[in-house]
Amino acid sequence: MKKYNSSRIPKTERITRLVEHLYAKMPEIESARAVLVTESYRQTEGEPLIIRRAKAFTHILKNIPIIIREDELIVGSSTIAPRGCQTFPEFSYEWLEQEFETVETREADPFCISDRAKVEIKEANQYWKGKTTSELALCYMAPETLKAMEHNIFTPGNYFYNGVGHITVQYDKVLAIGYEGIIAEARAELSKCHVGDADYATKSRFLEAVIMSCEAVITYANRYADLAEEMAGKCSDATRKAELLQIAANCRRVPAKGATGFYEACQSFWFVQQLIQMESSGHSISPGRFDQYMYPYYKKDMDEGKITREQAQELIDCIWVKLNDLNKCRDAESAKGFAGYSLFQNLIVGGQNEYGQDVTNDLSFMCIEASFHVFLPMPSLSIRVWNGSPHDLLIRAAELTRTGIGLPAYYNDEVIIPSLMSRGLTLEEARCYDIIGCVEPQIAGKTMGWHDAAFYNMCRPLELVFSSGMDCGEQLGPKTKPVEQMTSFEEFCDAYKEQMEYFIALLVNADNAIDQAHAERMPLPYLASMVDDCLKRGKTCEQGGCVYNFTGPQGFGIANVADSLYAIKKLVFEEKKVSMADLKKALMFNYGQEVSPIIVAQVAGGVAREMTAKGMQPNADVVARASQEIIRQSVTAEDKRKFEQILEMIDELPKFGNDIEEVDLLARETAYYYTKPLLKYRNPRGGQYQAGLYPVSANVPMGAQTGATPDGRLAGKPIADGVSPSAGKDVNGPTAAANSVSMLDHGIASNGTLYNQKFHPSALSGEAGLENFVNLIRSYFDRKGSHVQFNVVSRDTLLDAQKHPENYKHLVVRVAGYSALFTTLSKSLQDDIIRRTEQGF
Amino acid sequence: MENLLQTKGRIFDIQRYSIHDGPGIRTIVFLKGCVLRCKWCCNPESQEYAIQTMMVDGKSKTIGRDITVEEVMETVEKDRGYYRRSGGGLTLSGGESLCQPEFAKALLQVAKSKGINTAMESMGCAAYEVIDSILPYLDTYLMDIKHTNPDKHKAFTGKSNELMLENARRIAASGKTRLVIRVPVIPTFNDTPEEIAAIAQFADKLPGVEKIHLLPYHRLGQDKYDGLGREYQMKDILPPENEHMEMLKKVVENTSSLTCQIGG
Repeated sequence: MKKYNSSRIPKTERITRLVEHLYAKMPEIESARAVLVTESYRQTEGEPLIIRRAKAFTHILKNIPIIIREDELIVGSSTIAPRGCQTFPEFSYEWLEQEFETVETREADPFCISDRAKVEIKEANQYWKGKTTSELALCYMAPETLKAMEHNIFTPGNYFYNGVGHITVQYDKVLAIGYEGIIAEARAELSKCHVGDADYATKSRFLEAVIMSCEAVITYANRYADLAEEMAGKCSDATRKAELLQIAANCRRVPAKGATGFYEACQSFWFVQQLIQMESSGHSISPGRFDQYMYPYYKKDMDEGKITREQAQELIDCIWVKLNDLNKCRDAESAKGFAGYSLFQNLIVGGQNEYGQDVTNDLSFMCIEASFHVFLPMPSLSIRVWNGSPHDLLIRAAELTRTGIGLPAYYNDEVIIPSLMSRGLTLEEARCYDIIGCVEPQIAGKTMGWHDAAFYNMCRPLELVFSSGMDCGEQLGPKTKPVEQMTSFEEFCDAYKEQMEYFIALLVNADNAIDQAHAERMPLPYLASMVDDCLKRGKTCEQGGCVYNFTGPQGFGIANVADSLYAIKKLVFEEKKVSMADLKKALMFNYGQEVSPIIVAQVAGGVAREMTAKGMQPNADVVARASQEIIRQSVTAEDKRKFEQILEMIDELPKFGNDIEEVDLLARETAYYYTKPLLKYRNPRGGQYQAGLYPVSANVPMGAQTGATPDGRLAGKPIADGVSPSAGKDVNGPTAAANSVSMLDHGIASNGTLYNQKFHPSALSGEAGLENFVNLIRSYFDRKGSHVQFNVVSRDTLLDAQKHPENYKHLVVRVAGYSALFTTLSKSLQDDIIRRTEQGF
Repeated sequence: MENLLQTKGRIFDIQRYSIHDGPGIRTIVFLKGCVLRCKWCCNPESQEYAIQTMMVDGKSKTIGRDITVEEVMETVEKDRGYYRRSGGGLTLSGGESLCQPEFAKALLQVAKSKGINTAMESMGCAAYEVIDSILPYLDTYLMDIKHTNPDKHKAFTGKSNELMLENARRIAASGKTRLVIRVPVIPTFNDTPEEIAAIAQFADKLPGVEKIHLLPYHRLGQDKYDGLGREYQMKDILPPENEHMEMLKKVVENTSSLTCQIGG
């Protein structure tokens, strides 16, 4: 007998209406939370911080306006406007005020904001000067770290300006015992505290804060119960009235108590999911193994005949809609790096249990079905694949992929489980992993992974090898040997390694500074109520309360650096066709192509430095004129010809992504330049650093800050995403590209790797197309690739969508570890997606 | 074995992740040289055995290279994992692989000996003895039957079809390989229900044949004619509509016991 029912379930009209309503207007920034958190903080000056946090959370949940939207079965909205967002001034606020006037018209993720909200937010913000996490983090950073950030070597922007998020909590626990159960646990822990304990002050206050926060959530749910009853009283439609009364009954019971059935479990899940994102602005609050912890409630109701599969499906669909109702406004720069209004709520189905048995069930299929029905970017649906995965689950997943929605992403148990064990998890824990945010694996309810800690542009240290560490007239990196004097490829690699390691140390400094700031200023008692071992340790996640603690910053640009190193090895050292001096000059002047702003900045920096050295005061006008003159004179017609020849020679060289062992092995080494040095560092929570290899969408904006590279990439152009080959350079088909990518050591990058493949829809047509596609994934995973995701949209469609965005409002594409609506992305990111090599055949 | 590995032949391309020419994920080796001159041919650079130059995207490109079986197998081996998962393998195409019988046979024999599934796309336009010597090493024979009428066949491909039809009967009778019949559906040549039905009925009589593929005409090779400095003779012909292909599929199903699929 089959362990699951995989048959398709039709979509209800309610879901169509809910989705339409959600996307009727541009999302809006609301002021209620900013006002309430500030009011509370003003009233609690001088009290212990953890208590202030709990009181602020309580004040918000008691007073923030609530709404039940038309047709909703699952309730709980953080804003009155659909897809609206609240602001979190306690993390950072200055950028928002500065961008008030542009936030509505900016290219990436625009929001509208009312004049009243502007006034209220501005008033609240006044309180926060000097009190935010970002300001404290800044104080903790070394001067050279700030300099490296200013020069765009890396950016720790995520947690620098926002909450941390990036966690999967114990949803199962809330579903089982409710917050009353958790409060009881906290009280029991509190009763064990002895007044004479060394940590009595902090631990007892922490536990009180946990209790207060859980009570606030119960109060919030009861407000919804009241509202639903009130609306039911006024409702003339008998069906809707009954629905509202059911909603009221649900909210009276959960999440205060354990859920007695599937509907209550869905409502309880939603309050957890929503309110974590009310306490802090951290994104990537990932539901994780939803098909596992929801299953007992589904099975019980099915066995008792209390629910039909159709009813259960509609509830899941409603949750999928709600996951898209939450939103977040980031600063303009970050919005480019996380484009597409994404909250990265990663939900994963399939895979093994702690004993290594496959646990695919009805809900695994129904989660995929929900993404078919709702057809929106959230949740970031993922699927676990291992040798024991049922074939029909993968085929259903491939059918979803074929729609072009970019979901699900596929993860390889056979790489991730041993990789997590190498970081200290037990076999049983590792088998139950889920994915956070884009691609980051961990064990739920025990881990503070600090997963998206920074973006590190591996191409910038390569540039600095050519300038011996000089950038825009400043000695930024180590003064490595001038490239012209290098006599071997190894010497060049050593210099790159030295530059890399220098900046990796600074990256760690930046991340640890931010880590410390969150621990000191932003402990989150509500979050801590659902993660082990916070209650026992008497600490929040930010303070080191979790069982597992990591910091995972991301490196990207492997393909560019590997192809660059190969070009240098071949053309300069082996074949001696190009001198290092010529290559250096070609890079400096962008191979004689357009004079990009990067060249101007570099030359102007040099001029200013020289003037200062001569005791002159560098004046902007003089510097600009002198730089223009230098650039004009530097590149002769002879140079231009030479540069073109160099570019042609580079173009003809083999590139990463074509199953050519020599290049692929160099790429493997390149990744190690980033992944290995990180491992020796520790964070303030006592955890280890572990590398990720994925860029979210930062490869585009950070490429714009990077000069020409020896792989033939011109200044300002995007950098390769994740572990993928450079866009358009993998020309031997998907198997060759996948073989190359699997040559990297995915296991050491235990914070996740990201591989994008783009397929033409014709490659997945018919049953044979799906079969072959699934087998392609299985084979890539046999070779120990860790993750793969797909864009299945024809180039023509995307080009047409750029021209006529009005016709493609719902075109969803895969960006990086997530999907987004294509038309909401910036032009340059759209172009980058179009350029990814299309595997047709 | 060493002799086989060193056998040389002439190819013009190797394409990986081919999913339309035989079961599973396959690597196709395109052999150069053909006996026919089909007017619709989408690989005109395959027809001449001689190494040629063709303009591709404004650049002159050499078409054709001599290569040993061993060298071909190096590339074929790279996707072994994909074959294992999908039941795929090596497919020979062309041109007409039978124009280089020693090379074709050596490739198939080596692949087979290494446990790789084999297929060949071919019209069967060669002496039967040549074909027969290859069959032991061939898992799937994807055989083109373009028309049952010899005159029309000659007018559009340059050669009459008697030999090919006879070979089809003998290959089927041998029982040494899985024979699949493929029909390129070309408007003005063979796209009427009567013509397709005639091919289907012929194929139906071949022992062991269960499947027929109808491959709709496409114009993706048109630019290559320009690149070779040749004139494309089918400029005015439009690809058949989907509805037309569906109708022809029904014709096959109504007039024969074969299962029919559109596309490879």
